Order: sequence, then structure tokens, then C-alpha cells
Amino acid sequence: MEFFRKKTSYPFMATRKRWYVVSAILVLGALLALGARGLNFGIDFTGGVVLEMSFPQAADLEKVRSSLKKAGYGDAVVQSFGTPRDVLVRMLPEAGTDNNLLGQKVLAAIQSGNPGVELRRTEVVGGQVGAELAEKGALAVLFTFFFIMLYVWMRFQWKLGVGAIVAALHDPVMILGFFAITQMTFDLPALAAILAVIGYSLNDTVVVFDRIRERFMSMRKGTSEQVIDASINETLSRTIMTSSTTMLTVLALLFFGGEILRGFSTALTIGIVVGTYSSIYVASALALDLKLTARDLLPVQKEKDAVDDMP
Amino acid sequence: MHSYPAWKIWLVVIVLLVGTLLALPNVFGEAPALQLSRNDRTAVTAAQQQQVVSTLQSRGVTVDSSYLEGDRLVLRFDDVGTRLKARDVVQQGTGTEYLVALSDVPRTPAWMRAIGLKPMSLGLDLRGGVYFMYEVDTQGAVKQLLTSMESDYRTMLRKERIPFTGVASDGVDTVRIGLRSGDDAQRFASLLRKQDPNLSVDVDTLGEGGSVTVTLSPTQVKQRQDFAIQQNITTLRNRVDELGVTEPIVARQGLDRIVVQLPGVSDPNEALRVLGATATLEFRLVDDQNDALLAESTRRAPLGSKLYHTRDGRPVLLKRETIVSGEQLTDASSGFQQGEPAVMVTLDARGASKMLETTRQNLGRPMAVVFIEKKRVAEDQPCKGTRAGNECTEEAVINQATIRGVFGSNFQITGVMANEARELALLLRAGSLAAPLYIVEQRTVGPSLGADNIRRGVNALVLGLVVTFIFMVVYYQAFGMVANVVLLTNVVLLAALLSMLQASLSLPGIAGIVLTVGMAVDANILIFERIREELRNGMSPHAAIGAGFDKAFSAIADSNITTLIAGVVLFTFGTGPVRGFAVVLSLGIVTSMFTALVVSRVLVHLLWGRQRKLEKLAIGMGY
Repeated sequence: MEFFRKKTSYPFMATRKRWYVVSAILVLGALLALGARGLNFGIDFTGGVVLEMSFPQAADLEKVRSSLKKAGYGDAVVQSFGTPRDVLVRMLPEAGTDNNLLGQKVLAAIQSGNPGVELRRTEVVGGQVGAELAEKGALAVLFTFFFIMLYVWMRFQWKLGVGAIVAALHDPVMILGFFAITQMTFDLPALAAILAVIGYSLNDTVVVFDRIRERFMSMRKGTSEQVIDASINETLSRTIMTSSTTMLTVLALLFFGGEILRGFSTALTIGIVVGTYSSIYVASALALDLKLTARDLLPVQKEKDAVDDMP
Repeated sequence: MHSYPAWKIWLVVIVLLVGTLLALPNVFGEAPALQLSRNDRTAVTAAQQQQVVSTLQSRGVTVDSSYLEGDRLVLRFDDVGTRLKARDVVQQGTGTEYLVALSDVPRTPAWMRAIGLKPMSLGLDLRGGVYFMYEVDTQGAVKQLLTSMESDYRTMLRKERIPFTGVASDGVDTVRIGLRSGDDAQRFASLLRKQDPNLSVDVDTLGEGGSVTVTLSPTQVKQRQDFAIQQNITTLRNRVDELGVTEPIVARQGLDRIVVQLPGVSDPNEALRVLGATATLEFRLVDDQNDALLAESTRRAPLGSKLYHTRDGRPVLLKRETIVSGEQLTDASSGFQQGEPAVMVTLDARGASKMLETTRQNLGRPMAVVFIEKKRVAEDQPCKGTRAGNECTEEAVINQATIRGVFGSNFQITGVMANEARELALLLRAGSLAAPLYIVEQRTVGPSLGADNIRRGVNALVLGLVVTFIFMVVYYQAFGMVANVVLLTNVVLLAALLSMLQASLSLPGIAGIVLTVGMAVDANILIFERIREELRNGMSPHAAIGAGFDKAFSAIADSNITTLIAGVVLFTFGTGPVRGFAVVLSLGIVTSMFTALVVSRVLVHLLWGRQRKLEKLAIGMGY
């Protein structure tokens, strides 16, 4: 089977200005959502108590809420988790109390009104630990960018490097925007997924760049735009195949991986779509607008070599 | 014809064989088991193993398999019912000889175990268990040191008959001693310097009186803090052993944190209580004039004595007056004294002078070491000792020895077995310090959730594999099959590496495997697309294969390295499950590069490369 029997020649770069506008609107929207609503951080980052409980029958969330209110935990967040029988209770740390005892008290309060509740999971994260995890997460993102930038810079050329980095920035912003709009819980696995997306998106970009570099050397006559278009077209069926297989496995995770991985698989799903898009319409397009030419990619002739060859 | 070096084919064969062997232990699943460790912490011997097994068999309990692992005896059973029966038999038959822990062990055959093959180790979110992160109050540990320095100095000043106005520490790193005159200050300072030349001692003789300031150097403060953490880890390890948990992890994390992982424990509160207990020691003289058994039966101790029990329940009478208590203990270590195992103990000045006096007067008489433990217990929890509200105090005589000579600050406790000595030193150290611990993070996963998580992860993995298989075969036909075989070997090699490294696999780790499956075919896709391109450009099939592999290489390498960078950074900064994801992601990149570049090339070579006449390739092109 072939997606494209003949060589394709879609003029990707011709429409790039239009896609810049689309990207800009999306990025702005995501940033606005982040600014306005912020992320719904999980207790990994805020500290707090999470209890996951399994009820014998479908749980009556109102009843759980009222029994918590009676025990003095009115501001606890109660939500169903995956199935109607599974319930997640989330609360922020209380200043001055032992959070470990808090978890127990909350459970006791729920069990008094709902016999037969099984505690499946508890997580108690101190506020300070949460802050540290958040700090480490931010550092991880920064370092990932730094090292990848360094690598792309070394292996390719700064114009391509800029394109790759802007694309790699573009993708996490999209994902974060999605989390801000939906107010889905942003936890540690979701952060890990974002870093994986940065890797994946660059993976995609680098494959296209690799072809661009190769084409610039062989297609001496074409304009930069023609060369880039040809490169994207030549890698197009690969792009579709890889995105599809990765997407399918990530969808398997999204549907079968359970609630705990929900944030992780959602972030990856968005990341694969956005990452594929950005390697064409952000990374390559930017490189073109930075006036990438064949000369940028030709191997530099070092004068020293000539001297060395002399007897 | 397309040539390919034979050594590469052999390399692939060897790697695949070794990989399969390493990954093999994962297919056997787990069986219910009992883990027996001896209460006196000696290793279980083969004879004891024989004895336990035959006892069980005589009671009609079938032991599926039994083997020694480290110091422990592992008994494996066919089902949970048999295990419970076996536990009752062991506990009735041997009393308190063994600590019995329930666990699930892999069903790997004996020969695999013998050569050290193990299945992947599962993280807490997959097998259920408790995770604690403690923070050690290192500031408190330094304060304790300063307090004991204060009292030492007071004792010294009194002994030397130097009048003083006050001894006070700032609780951070300094002790200041106020004296009546400058001369006294000079004299005391030189005494201090003589006692410990490493100490930074400043003398101030301005004004009416004089003062001496002792300051701990940053190194000394840090040493003390490290010491506190090390001791707390030791204490926690002991306590964890006491819980009878199999494969626990107690490890330092960062500057002042300790992580404790207890797989299989479902009630964090019991664990918290035991781990949070504080322990201390007392040295007392043994009352050998009166009959301890009599005192026990009449429940009345003679005047001036108190009834204690040893750990195995024998009654002992001890003098009411303590010689030295745990706060005066500064260090303990185990070693040998004239070929005999011994515990070396160091006391502070106050304890030392008291000990000197006592031993001088009581040569040849026995002295006992009492281990006192305070635990937090709930209202309905049993307490073996005395209880005051929620606090339970347990006292036990852990050692009795005859005083053979006069000693002061440093002395040995002999008459113990080698591992007892080690244990005693551990306990002494553990008891001598109780730098406060605070829990800053706690995660508990119930066993049913763990099983659910495994099921979900495996389902997602199988589904991901099947869908990818179909996709590849439909699109690339015979080459798609090659890619699928390569993908399978990739999963096997990844499992082999994870089993070999024994890195714990978490749910995000399984997610990493699933993601790797999706991304690993990318390398083959790049190669196959390249081969197709070369064929379209009119190259011969053999040349196209060679060119496809060669030209795809730089794209594969560059694109994988960027993902590898993300993986390594994630590993460096990540904690817990996220770290597991990073390990899998990084290893997955390594294995997928190897399998795609080398294994698939060997397969392609074996299938097509040796055909002299190759008209076309079954790579899914429409011709």
C-alpha cells in the first residue's frame, strides 16, 4: 500500500503565512487561557491529600460531599474517577495539621456515611515537597531545551536551530493551553509527557531538516522554497506513518491506560498532532523566512586542511 | 547480490539469545510465598530449611519450592490457602524463632534463579505498597550536640573547680561559657584545646570577667548532620526489618531526606507507628543477689531493684539506679576484641565519669543493657510495655555482660555473637540519636489498584502492538513483517535490559514501553520509505536496500538523539515514577536504534540479500 503512488508536490511553503497566523492565534489563545485560568495543578505540585476510593455500587457523590462537609472538610474536591464506582477526594494541605492524620480522618468521615468503601490509594504530599517538584519540573524543561538547542545548533545550522526551537516551544504551549482551558489536572506524569513531546516533536523536525540538508546539496538549482517543499513532500509518507503508529499506541494508552495516566496520554495525543504540524509549518517555514540557503548548509572548506595536505 | 559481514549476523544472534534469556523470567508470573528470616538475624541454614520443609510436609502442607535467598528462607506455594496454612504451621512449630512475612515471589525455575536471572522489579504503583519520604531535622541534631557539649563543659568546670557564670549555646553552632576572670577563661580554653585540638576555641578577656566561645566549623556541623541522617537510616532499616517486609527500600535522598518504600504493605498507619518509634538505651547493674524467677512469680521486685525481661522473655532483676542512659551515648560500632566479637561504645564526659566510678566499684559483677522503645499507638492497639495515652514504652534487656575492667568514656560490650554485636551497635546507634523525623510525602497504593494498573498497562501495550503490526503489514507487506519482528525483538530486549538493571517498573514506565513501541517503528519506516524512493528512482532492489539503510542512518541517529536528550534530562530531574518513565524511554531509544539498524538489516539480508536474482521487493509498492 502507498499513500502516494506518485511523487507528491504539495506547495507547503506557499501557504505558510496563513499558517503563521493560525499558529499565532493558537499560541496567543493558549497563553491567554494560561494567564486567565492557570493550570489545575495536581497535588504533586501543590502538596495536599488525595484519596482514591472504590465503592461497592455507583457512588453518590453528593452524599460523599455532605458527609465530608459534616466532618468539617467542606472545601474538599470530590469527583468520580474513571468509573462511577471510583471516587477521588482531593484537598489542599491544612496549615498546622498533620497531613497523614488528615487522610485518615477524611476516610473515616466517608466510611461513616458509606459503609463498604475500599481505600485504593492515598497520596499525601507536603507543601514544600510540592514546591520542589514544581521547581525541578521547570528546571527539567529548561535543561531539555538548552541541550537540544545545543545539539541542533551543532548538527545543523543556526537558522534551522531557531526553527526547531520555536517549534519545540510552540508544542508545549499548545498542550499547556489545552490543560488550562479544560482544567484537567496537571500532574507529574503530564509534565513527563510534555518533555517526551518536546523530544518527539524535534524527532519529527530533525527528520525533515535532515532531508532539507541533503536536498540542498543535491538540488543546486532550486530556490530555497522549492527545496524545502520537495523535502517535506519526500518525507510526507514517513511523517504520516510514524505519526499514525505513535498516535495509535498513545490512543491505546488514553483509552486503556486508566485514569492515572489520563493526563499523560492526553498530553501526548495533543503533542503528536501539534508536533507533526509544527515541524512543517513552524520549524521549516521559519528556517525559510530566515533566508536559509544552500550556502548555509554546504560543508565549510577549511583553509587549514589545504595547508595540512602540503608535503 | 548484497553482501553483509557475517560477524554482524552472529552479533545479532548472540544479542537476541542473551536478551531472550534475560527477559524470560518475566513470563512465569508470581506465586504466593512465605519469607522466613531468623529472629536473631543469623542466616537461615540448609539444615534449618530442611527442618522447616519437613515439618510442613508432615502436616500435609505441600511446599511448591523452597530456597535460600540472602539470609532468608523462601517457601513458595501453589495457592494463597496453602500459604496461610503453612504460616500457621510455621508460627506454631517454631515459636518466635522466625519472622514470617507474606509476599509474592516469581515462579521462575530453579536453574534461572541459580544463575541470577530475575524478572523486572515492579514499582509500588504496580504491586501495591507504601512510600514515605521523611525529612530529618538536621538542625535538631546539631542542637542536641550543642546541648551535650554544654553539659560536658559544666561537668568539666565543676571538676576543675573553675567558677563560671553561665554556659549557653545559641542552638546553631556556638557554645559560650561565661567565667569570672580572664585567667580562668585562658585556663579553661587551654583545657578544651587539649581535649579536642580540632575545636575552634576563642577567648575573650575584655571587661570584668572573661568568656570562652566554642564554635563548630561548618565541616563539623555537616558531619553531625550526616551522622544524624545515617543513624536515622539505620534506625529505619531496623524498624523496616521488624515489619517483616520483603524487598524494602530505605535510602537517603538529597541532603536531609530519607525515602522508605514498603512493597506489599497496605496499612500505612501500622508502618508509620513502628517507623516513627523512638528508641533509647540504659545501662544498669544486674541485681544478682535476688532471684528473678521468684520476683516474676510473686510479681514483686526486691527493694531497689526492678524486674525486666530479656527479648526472649526471661526475667532479670536490675538495680533501679541507671548508670548511663542513651542521651549520654555519642557513638557505637561493632568489631572484634581479642578475637571476640564486641561492641565499642563511646560516652560523653558525664556518662564516662559515672561509668568509671561504677565499674571501679563493681568489678566482676554483671551489667545489663536495656533497650527502651517509645511508640505511638492507637487506642485499640496492643502495647507490650507500659502505656501512657497514645505512647507505648517497651523495655527489654538486650545484653548482660560481666564487668571485666574499669572503663570510662570508651568501652566494649563482649560476650555477644558476631552478628549480635553488629546488631547491638546498630541498636545502640539507633537508640543514641533521635533526630526528629517528619513525613513530608506519603503514597499508598492498594494491592487491587496495583493489579488493575498492571492489567491496564498490559492491555494498552498489547493493543498498541497489535494495531502497529497490522498497520505495518498492510502498508509495507513483507517488509512490514520484518519491521514487526524487529519491534518484537525490541520489546524483548527492552524487557531484558529492565530485568537486568532491576530498575523498578512503574505505570508511567509501562506507558513508556507503549510509547516506545509506537516510536520505534519510525526507524524502520524511515528506512523503508528510503528504499521505496530509491526503487522509484530506478535503482535495483539490492542497491536500493543498501542505499535505504545507509541514507536513512543520519536521520535516524539525529532524531533519536534529541529524544534521548529529553529522556536523560527527565531522568536527572525526575523522581519516582517519572524517573521510571525516563529510564524506559531512554533504554527504548537505545534498543530501537540497535534493532532497527542492525537486526532489521540482518533480517532483510537473510531474506532478500542472498537472492541472486531479485526482480522486485515486497515493500508494498503498487507494482
